[in-house]
Amino acid sequence: MAHFTKATSLHDWLNQRLAVDTLRRVLATEYWIPKNINFLWAMGMVLAITFALLLVSGIFLLMYYQPNVDLAFDSVNYTIMQEVGYGWLWRHVHGVAASVVFLIIYIHMFTGIYYGSYKKGREMIWISGMLLFVAFSAEAFSGYMLPWGQMSYWAGMVITNLFAGGSLHADGLVEWIRGDYVPAQAFLNRFFMLHVLLIPLAIIGLIGLHFGALRIPHVNNQDGEEIDFEAEAAKYKAGDKRSSKVIAFVNDFMSKDMMVVGIYLIFFFYLVFFHYDFAMDPVNFDPANGLKTPTHIYPEWYFLWSYEILRPFSTNVGLIAFAFAQVIFFLLPFLDRSPNAVPASRRGLFKYWFWAMLIDMIILTAMGKVPPVEPFGTIGFYAALTFIGLWIALPFITMFEKKA
Amino acid sequence: MKELFILVVVTVFTLVTYYLVEPFAHSQMHKHYESEGFAYADLPALTKKGDATRGKDLVMGAGACTGCHGIKVAGMPAPMDAVTAAASYGVNPPDLSNAGSVYDAKFLGNLIKNPAHALMVEHKFDPAKGQMHPMPQFYGAGGDMDQEVADMVAYLQSIAVKGEELTPKMTFELACGRCHAMHYEKWTQIGEKPAFKKKQDELAFDTQVLDYQDSLAKYMGTLPPDLSMYIRSRGAHYIETFVENPQNYLKGTAMPRVGVNAEAAEKVIEHLEDVGDSKRHEREEVGKNVMIYIIIFAIFALLWKKEVWKDLH
Ligand code: HEC
Ligand code: HEC
Ligand code: HEM
Repeated sequence: MAHFTKATSLHDWLNQRLAVDTLRRVLATEYWIPKNINFLWAMGMVLAITFALLLVSGIFLLMYYQPNVDLAFDSVNYTIMQEVGYGWLWRHVHGVAASVVFLIIYIHMFTGIYYGSYKKGREMIWISGMLLFVAFSAEAFSGYMLPWGQMSYWAGMVITNLFAGGSLHADGLVEWIRGDYVPAQAFLNRFFMLHVLLIPLAIIGLIGLHFGALRIPHVNNQDGEEIDFEAEAAKYKAGDKRSSKVIAFVNDFMSKDMMVVGIYLIFFFYLVFFHYDFAMDPVNFDPANGLKTPTHIYPEWYFLWSYEILRPFSTNVGLIAFAFAQVIFFLLPFLDRSPNAVPASRRGLFKYWFWAMLIDMIILTAMGKVPPVEPFGTIGFYAALTFIGLWIALPFITMFEKKA
Repeated sequence: MKELFILVVVTVFTLVTYYLVEPFAHSQMHKHYESEGFAYADLPALTKKGDATRGKDLVMGAGACTGCHGIKVAGMPAPMDAVTAAASYGVNPPDLSNAGSVYDAKFLGNLIKNPAHALMVEHKFDPAKGQMHPMPQFYGAGGDMDQEVADMVAYLQSIAVKGEELTPKMTFELACGRCHAMHYEKWTQIGEKPAFKKKQDELAFDTQVLDYQDSLAKYMGTLPPDLSMYIRSRGAHYIETFVENPQNYLKGTAMPRVGVNAEAAEKVIEHLEDVGDSKRHEREEVGKNVMIYIIIFAIFALLWKKEVWKDLH
């Protein structure tokens, strides 16, 4: 057993038992970050803050929400929105954060893609990030079921139907997922459980993994420069902060993060109070009605691009394309055959690949929402083909990339 | 500078995406109509100046209005209770005390002459096929019909409460309340549901509501929806223009053109907001304060960053 001495202070008492000084050093004051980064590297912290907002607002909502098909809609729209003090505030924070978190995730992902931050030892960061993306998608979808509005019901119907696998007719699987032939009480209950317990637990675990994965490779920097962290840290510690290429996570990096978070929160709360409709679809303010199909059924905006990869094709082909879209981002570190971990602007054809992918996904997103009439059907079809084509081309264009 | 450029790029892509999935996509999904200011331009104007005293005699007498409608301010109770009336007419004819200030005068005149036409439900009520609108046309009391109609309208206007006195709730109940329930404020088609001490009384009331709704659903072909959350599901613009002309959006719908004037339409919207979005004033108030707080937070964060980074550059 370790040797304990009489504590001289609370700090000393804790230090003997929890090694708080060491933890602080390893996790904060001597956790080195490159100096040459821009505000895009603060998106991780913005995501962490947004997740915290989701968690806290969700806990408040949970105190009045009723997971019952007869009560759910009114418990949200009447009890929470109108009776409970500031219930409306928590709901708007939760709804807007759920939507904005995806905007930030996409910015965060495309930052990673642009700067090549998914290779040369950073593969696990990328993979854990993609797992977070999947977990957040599941969290968002399950949460969307809870108000039991028209869109909850019909999106639940359409998405769970996908598991029938087209011509495979795996209807048994669909029923197993729903716990019933159609979305009903069993369905609502299990999605409630997933939303408030299982998936949040998974997300918290994955955030831990994601942060852990960052520790050894360190984050990338704006020029893809390989930094000798030991030497630079020594310089920093010797007091030569100015010429050292690294900064400490706390306070140096944190202060910049907080500046970005401050600006982000202005934007965020503006949306919460004055511009929330984009995040809270009007159709979902009609109670669920299994007998009345809404004129337009569409997922939330962040799922539209993958929805549009499904939609323009026949059922079976669409499902295969959809499955492809769901997994392909995981493989990015392996499909990119170039060893260059530098900004896309210095990477030959990859530069065009990056912007083409970004624009194509925006086109898919737009086409996923509008009704599938001409010319939107055709545009969506070619955008979906382009998406698949770009991924197939990726190994080839990166294979022949010159050393940057 | 480079960061500013990156910020501009990120913002532009975000806004383009926003534009495409929100304003653009919605413009492709929904028909959009602008309000015509509740002018009811298709209806001919009242040509005569009405006289309220003569109008009173007509409304109570030859016009036969009180045979079906109550006029409480004039001491005329409804001839039947709501459930019985709905069993006869399909819907309870509304009390006309405030009709003069809720409905547009020109609309009222046209309604009296030809209800199905003014209400835009001629596709359901075709006298040639023996489908009579439950409210009969007024064929005149022997004099100049236009004058008689103008007189009745003048009378209805003279007894109605005006301005502030006509509350949003009263407006809703008269214009929409006989067809639409709104359970977030306990409104049913037969009136507000009281708090009952005895379960039996409550069940008796609920039964009456259900009976009424059965008649109404048969008359309309469908039970008109509960409007509690419609201010959020449809929004003020849609509701306003829908009420002005339901046929625009839902061709062949049974919902009549109700004929409210612009002021009453605003009051109906206000009432729907009071019920479906009751915290909107608080939201704006709190919103302003939170914005001020966050801006101060951001300024301090900025200053902290400057302080920390001055040793780093
Ligand atoms: C035979 C019964 C009957 C008589 C007589 C009658 N009404 Fe009506 N009235 C109705 C019914 C039924 C409705 C509801 C119709 C509906 O909602 O489809 C109605 C509706 C109305 C409305 C509301 C219309 C709207 O836009 O929503 C007004 C105003 C009105 N009547 C005025 C009058 C006046 C004025 C007279 C006398 C000239 C009159 N009514 C005579 C049965 C009658
Ligand atoms: C005479 C009965 C009647 C009256 C009075 C009436 N409505 Fe309706 N309303 C209906 C019916 C029936 C429907 C269902 C229409 C359909 O589905 O075709 C409806 C539907 C609606 C809808 C839904 C439209 C949609 O897009 O689904 C709104 C909103 C509405 N009414 C608002 C009002 C308002 C506001 C008033 C009062 C100013 C009013 N109604 C008065 C019968 C009525
Ligand atoms: C919502 C959950 C997420 C949280 C809380 C989160 C958090 C973070 C944080 C704090 C960092 C370090 C700072 C930074 O570079 O921004 C980071 C880096 C990173 N994240 Fe995430 N992240 C999340 C989701 C994702 C997703 C979905 C991906 C993409 C698949 C991803 C990929 C990356 C990559 C590649 C890096 C390294 C960046 C670099 O080295 O420059 N993350 N993340």
